Amino acid sequence: MTSYVLRRVLLMVPVAFLVTVGVFMLIHLSPGDPALIILGEDRTPQAVAQVHQEFGLDKPLYVQYLIWVGHIGHGDWGRSYTTHEPVFNAISDRLPATLELGIAALVWSLVVAIPLGTIAAVRRGSVADRVATGISVAGVSVPNFFIGIVLIYVLSVTARIFPFGGYVPITQDPWESLRHVILPAIALGTAGTAINMRFTRSSMIEVLNHDFIRTARAKGASWRRVVFVHALKNALIPVVTIVGLQIGGIIEGAVVTETVFTWPGVGRLAVESIFNRDYTVVQGVVLLAAFSYMLANLAVDLVYGWLDPRISYA
Amino acid sequence: MSNAPAIVAAGTPIRRRPFGLLELAQRNRGVVVGLVFVGALFLIALVSPVISPHDPIATEPDNAYLPPLSPGHVLGTDELGRDQISRVLWGARVSLPVALVAVAVGLVGGGVLGMVSGYAGGLTDLLVMRVVDALLAFPALILAIALVAALGPNLRNAMIAIGIVAIPVYARLVRAVVLQLKQMEFVMATRSLGASPIRLIVRHLIPNLMNPILVQISLSAGFAILAEAVLSFLGLGAQPPTPDWGQMITTGRTFLPNDPWLAIVPGIAISITVYSFNLLGDSLRDALDPRLRS
Repeated sequence: MTSYVLRRVLLMVPVAFLVTVGVFMLIHLSPGDPALIILGEDRTPQAVAQVHQEFGLDKPLYVQYLIWVGHIGHGDWGRSYTTHEPVFNAISDRLPATLELGIAALVWSLVVAIPLGTIAAVRRGSVADRVATGISVAGVSVPNFFIGIVLIYVLSVTARIFPFGGYVPITQDPWESLRHVILPAIALGTAGTAINMRFTRSSMIEVLNHDFIRTARAKGASWRRVVFVHALKNALIPVVTIVGLQIGGIIEGAVVTETVFTWPGVGRLAVESIFNRDYTVVQGVVLLAAFSYMLANLAVDLVYGWLDPRISYA
Repeated sequence: MSNAPAIVAAGTPIRRRPFGLLELAQRNRGVVVGLVFVGALFLIALVSPVISPHDPIATEPDNAYLPPLSPGHVLGTDELGRDQISRVLWGARVSLPVALVAVAVGLVGGGVLGMVSGYAGGLTDLLVMRVVDALLAFPALILAIALVAALGPNLRNAMIAIGIVAIPVYARLVRAVVLQLKQMEFVMATRSLGASPIRLIVRHLIPNLMNPILVQISLSAGFAILAEAVLSFLGLGAQPPTPDWGQMITTGRTFLPNDPWLAIVPGIAISITVYSFNLLGDSLRDALDPRLRS
C-alpha cells in the first residue's frame, strides 16, 4: 500500500508542474499589457515601466514562472490588479461561503440519490425505477443556472418561502443561513443527485446478485435488513468515488450557482475578476480549482483501495 | 465531462465493420428516440429562417413584454419587443454549430494525440499522456471559463475553449482503443504484410474506432451545448443581440417577477437539446455494450 501511495503521489508531480505552467500561461495568453489594466487611464511610460518592474513583468518568461511558483509555494499568490489585496486573502475570505454551499449541495444530492437509487434497483423495471432513471438523465441535462432561476421564480418570487439570493454565515444566524442556502444547494446539487442515483442504482443491482445476499436471506434476515444493511454498505463503495470527485469539483459548479444567487463565494469572485480583467485573481481561483480536483482524485483512489481490499496495488 | 461511458463501449469486441445505424436502432429504442430528437433539432436549426415568424433581432419597443399567446407572438416578446419564438428557433442555429465545432476541435485534436500516443508508445506516449492528464486535472467548466477569460469573451473563443476541454477525453478514448487494437491478430498480420502506418491507421484502426467515438461525440455534444449556455449566461460567450439561449436567460432573469417566460422558454430549449444528445449517447452506449445486449 505504501509503495502504491508513493507511486500515485509521484505520478502527480509532472501533472502538477504542467498545471502550474498552464495556469501561469493564462495571464500571458491574455490580450493586453497587465500594466495598462492596473494603471487604467492615467498611464505614463514611466508608470508602465514601474509596474512592469514591480510585478516582475520585465523579466524573461521562465524567470517570471519560477518566481511565481516559488511565491505560490510560500503562500504568496500575488496581488489583485484592481483591489491590490493579496489574492490568497481574497480567496480565503470567500472560501467559507463556497464550502458551505458545496457541502449543502452534496448533502442534498445524497439524501435524494441514495434512497431513490436503492428503490430503483430493488424494484427494477417498476414505475419508480423508470421515474428515477428519467430523473437521472434529466438531472444532467438541465443547466444548474436554469434550475436556480426556476426555483427562485417558484419558491422565492411566487411562494415567498425562501429569499432569492444573498448569504448569511452559519456562525451568524444558523436558521437564516439554512434558509439562504437551500435553493442554491438544490440548484447546484441536482446534477450530482442524478449521477449519484445512477451509480447507486447500478451498483446496488450488481450487489443484490451476489451470493452473500442470498445467504443473508436464507439465514432469515428480513428483505429490508438485507437491502439497507448488507447490500447498501457494499453498493456505496463506487458512490464514494464519484462523491469524492464531486467534492473536488465544488468550485466548478459554484461559478454559475453563485452568480445566480448572488452568493459571495469563490466562483463569483472568479466571474467578477474576469470582467475586471483581474488576471492574478482568476489565476488563483483556477489554480485552487485544479489542485482541489487533483487532490480529490488522489484521495478517491486511495480511499477506494482502502474500502475495497480486492483492488490490486500492483 | 466523463469519458467513462464511451470507454465501456470501447470494450466491445472488435469488429471489422462498425454497426449500421439501423442495427443500433433495432437494439435500443432510445437510439431511435434520440436520433429523432437530434434530427428534429438540426432540422429546426436549418429551417429557422423560413419558419420564424419574425426577425429575431428586430426590435419593436411598442410591443415589449407581450405575454405568450399574444396575437402574432406565440411565445410573447422580450424587453425590446423582439419575438420570443423567433429568437428561440434561431437559438438552435447558434447552439448546434457551437457544439459541432467544439466536438470537431476535441475529436481532431484528441484523436490525433490519442492515435500518436497509442500507436507510437514509449516516450511519446508518456509525454503526450502527461499533457492529457494535466488538461484533465482542470474541472472541465473551469478550464473553459479560464480559456475564454484569457482569449477574450466571444462566441468563437467559447467554441475553441469548449473544444480544447474535450481534447483529453478523445485522446484517452482513442489511445485506449488503439492499444487494444494493436494486440489484435489482424493488425499484426496487416503490419507484417508490410502495410504502411498511414494505411494501417486509415484502413484498419479508424473504422474500428467508430463505435466508441460515436457514443462520445453524442455525449460531448450535449456537454458542449451546456457549456456554451453557461459561458453565454456568464457573459463570456455569445454577445447581444445574438439570439443565444444562455444569453437570453441572463437577460430574461432580470424580468423574472413579471415576465418569467423570458428566462424559462430558452431554459427549456437548452434542456431539451442537451437531453436529446445525452439520451442518444446513453442509448448508443447501451446498444454497443456487450454486457447489456442479452
